[in-house]
Amino acid sequence: MFVLVVGGGKVGYYLAKELLESGHEVVLMEKDRARASQIADEIGSIVFPNDGCEGKYLGEAGCSRADIVAAVTGDDEDNLVICQMAKHHFDVPRTIARVNNPKNEELFRHLGVDEIISPTRMILGSIEQDIPVHELLHLAALGDSDLEIIEAHLQDGSPAVGRTLADVEVPDGCSLFAVVRDGVATPLRADTVLAVGDKVIAIGKADCEAQLRDQLIGAAEA
Amino acid sequence: MKIVIVGCGRVGAVLAESLDHDGHEVIIIDLLTRAFDRLPGDFGGQAIRGDGTDEDTLRRAGAADADVLLALTEGDNRNVMAAQVAIENVGVKKAMAKVNDPVRAAAYAELGIATICRTTMLSDAIEGFLGLPRSGVPSVIPAVAHQHEPRHAPAFGAEPIGREG
Repeated sequence: MFVLVVGGGKVGYYLAKELLESGHEVVLMEKDRARASQIADEIGSIVFPNDGCEGKYLGEAGCSRADIVAAVTGDDEDNLVICQMAKHHFDVPRTIARVNNPKNEELFRHLGVDEIISPTRMILGSIEQDIPVHELLHLAALGDSDLEIIEAHLQDGSPAVGRTLADVEVPDGCSLFAVVRDGVATPLRADTVLAVGDKVIAIGKADCEAQLRDQLIGAAEA
Repeated sequence: MKIVIVGCGRVGAVLAESLDHDGHEVIIIDLLTRAFDRLPGDFGGQAIRGDGTDEDTLRRAGAADADVLLALTEGDNRNVMAAQVAIENVGVKKAMAKVNDPVRAAAYAELGIATICRTTMLSDAIEGFLGLPRSGVPSVIPAVAHQHEPRHAPAFGAEPIGREG
């Protein structure tokens, strides 16, 4: 497989190195000449010392025959443009972008980037799992759709306590499917009465989250 | 017209001044407060400090009901991203991005963003000044069509672009 990696920071460097070790063809683009030659000294002459945001240089680096383009610079706007150019101008089948601002994830996806890796989101997710507060927990993302599995821990004061599933206004595109009570998971039926301490497991689009929080957790300042 | 300008550099500031004098509602955004020193003392528009590629900043600037957004910072990619955020997320009707890389300028016009390319504009003007034949490459490229789903944008530019220029 031919992988074009753009951005020779720590991420790009180790990515290129690992890919080479597993036998893939790799070209790494890094616009800083000094950094480019340093990497070339270490892992060989696979470094193309030019700006991967520039259409001309992407072409020269062989973008049009790349199977995958991975844009891993430190700047979201650069990664977006690299992926869009690769996708729409060079017909690259698969583009991967590193995204720093979690708010940009949806935009990137909407604008055609195939895969989005957000270190910020990952660390955030990991921290949230460790702090069982009044928040919704993101348990997992489902493949490359924008669906995720969410867990809501019902506390005193939650508007859903004492109500049945039928009484909870579930946002469109979202489904509550199970409840974990005293460590036992049971399917959520329309007549299940929710209680304090229940963990409700939902599957839905990321943008349902706010409504889901209103229904299951209550006011944000709780 | 209500016009949002991202980037208060030379071009952004001069344009903001002129549009303001013509009676338009102008909102100009820049990361640095100091950049607003370029605006004249009698500038009647709004100057907002913030990141023009950030949706929240654009909303705060009132971009949601603006007629047009002009992205004129020094960075091609920042301009392209500001224009795309404005159209896709904020709902601005029309956006133009300054893109100095001719390849990117043509590509983004295909993706629904009007572009203006200083590189082709200047080289064309200089060739004209020298009495040489003009390249004829347009420096202002209107948006081909607004792609609501860029995922399905048709592929274009089949010839290898490395050979250009």
